[in-house]
Amino acid sequence: MDVTLRVWRQPDSASEGGFATYEAKGVSEDASFFEMLDMVNERLNDSGEEPIAFDSDCREGICGTCGVMIDGHPHGPQRGTATCQLHMRKFKDGDTIVIEPWRAEAFRVVRDLVVDRSPFDKIIQAGGYISVNVGAAQDANETLIPRPAAEASMDAAACIGCAACVAACPNGAANLFTAAKIAHLGLLPQGQPERYLRTVAMVETMEDYFGSCRNYGECETACPKSISIDVIAWMNRDYVAAQWKNFRKQGQQV
Amino acid sequence: MTTTTRRLDVNRRSGWRSWLGSFFTSDIGMKWMMALTGIGLLAYVLVHMIGNLKIYLGAEDLDHYAEALRTLLYPIVPETGVLWMFRFGLLAMFIIHMWSAIVLALRNRRARGTIRYTAKRQYLAANYANRTMLWGGVIIFLFLVYHIADLTLGMTNPDFVEGAVYHNVITSFQVWWVALIYVVAQIALAFHVYHGAWSVFQSLGMSNPRYDEWRRWMAVVFALALLIGNSSIPIAVQFGLLQVSG
Repeated sequence: MDVTLRVWRQPDSASEGGFATYEAKGVSEDASFFEMLDMVNERLNDSGEEPIAFDSDCREGICGTCGVMIDGHPHGPQRGTATCQLHMRKFKDGDTIVIEPWRAEAFRVVRDLVVDRSPFDKIIQAGGYISVNVGAAQDANETLIPRPAAEASMDAAACIGCAACVAACPNGAANLFTAAKIAHLGLLPQGQPERYLRTVAMVETMEDYFGSCRNYGECETACPKSISIDVIAWMNRDYVAAQWKNFRKQGQQV
Repeated sequence: MTTTTRRLDVNRRSGWRSWLGSFFTSDIGMKWMMALTGIGLLAYVLVHMIGNLKIYLGAEDLDHYAEALRTLLYPIVPETGVLWMFRFGLLAMFIIHMWSAIVLALRNRRARGTIRYTAKRQYLAANYANRTMLWGGVIIFLFLVYHIADLTLGMTNPDFVEGAVYHNVITSFQVWWVALIYVVAQIALAFHVYHGAWSVFQSLGMSNPRYDEWRRWMAVVFALALLIGNSSIPIAVQFGLLQVSG
């Protein structure tokens, strides 16, 4: 199949960007979206042009490195799928495909389709971890976890941090990402000691960079792991509980 | 563990403000305020509509109902005391609701960035109702100003008689463009309420897969009830089903 690509090209974050058009001819329907881009890049390389820069790593939908806006869909038209797991059979012969980087004030374009997602790292640094004693590992199953909590936590833990939620949100909000991380740790017994400090710290760090939730639900449809906006509701409730619990512990913190 | 608690420092926004201040200036806190005032306003529009429907019982019933509102709990509280309490309460709720909406809209505009997508965004979940919340709200606010000028103060109705509620409503709605303003405003309100009644559960953290479907239907029924109940009155007046003599 033959497709025409309109790709966002931008040499670095300081320069102006713009669209360039490329033809991808003789692409197999079984090729992945990135294999198609690889083919285009090989040709660009051979003719001495700068190849299109895009992020990708595992190419099996679990690392969260990849992600581009394809024809106005984050990660492309197939739901619950990261860009690397998208295949060319989802497109038709002769299609024109528009490829853009994630757009949000917090995400600076580094080059072409690559954006700097370090604000996500800042949110994780604010509390997206648990503190445990190192040393000899404890016996397996020593900490009992109720099955529903394990399941709910696991659903949230499916988040790979690709930032499609931010890209999809008309408000540039990172609530789905932050809520998934907060619910993932806050539902488990290991996450309890730091739970309320974590929730407040992560929410406030998120708000330093991103917009607010208007309950559109676009993030949920864009998420390659189909994480439900129910986790956002969970975060909204936990944030208020956290503010109250932390208030009652004032003087004990610092 | 000391390092951990310092990194997860709750006093990032320090002092007394750390609780009240940071809660009420945070996006999530503002959404809570918007949701709580939204519930108050939803309850109000529902009660207001039920009261309005007394117009179908005739002039005596409606005027008596209006009089009862003025003398609620009298003589325990001064005449119109309860009424003014409600008015101030509603005003406070409106101000908090709108203030949160404006502050969040400005923050979101900044967060969204200046460069937009070139390909048309293919929205899958966002719909007309939730994408027009802000401007729908503005329409409702403008209508409210007109509504108070029309039926409370009688500024725009030349036939206005203080206290004759039934007479005032009918004479006002007999003008076709006044009836049209009311119906259009009810449509805007229905869209706003549809998303709002669904959305409050999400903002207050009460969503649950077990009753998410039920929430959607509840919002539809609520919005339709308001739309049909309220706009039936100007329509009935226009078709001559309700008349001054009646």
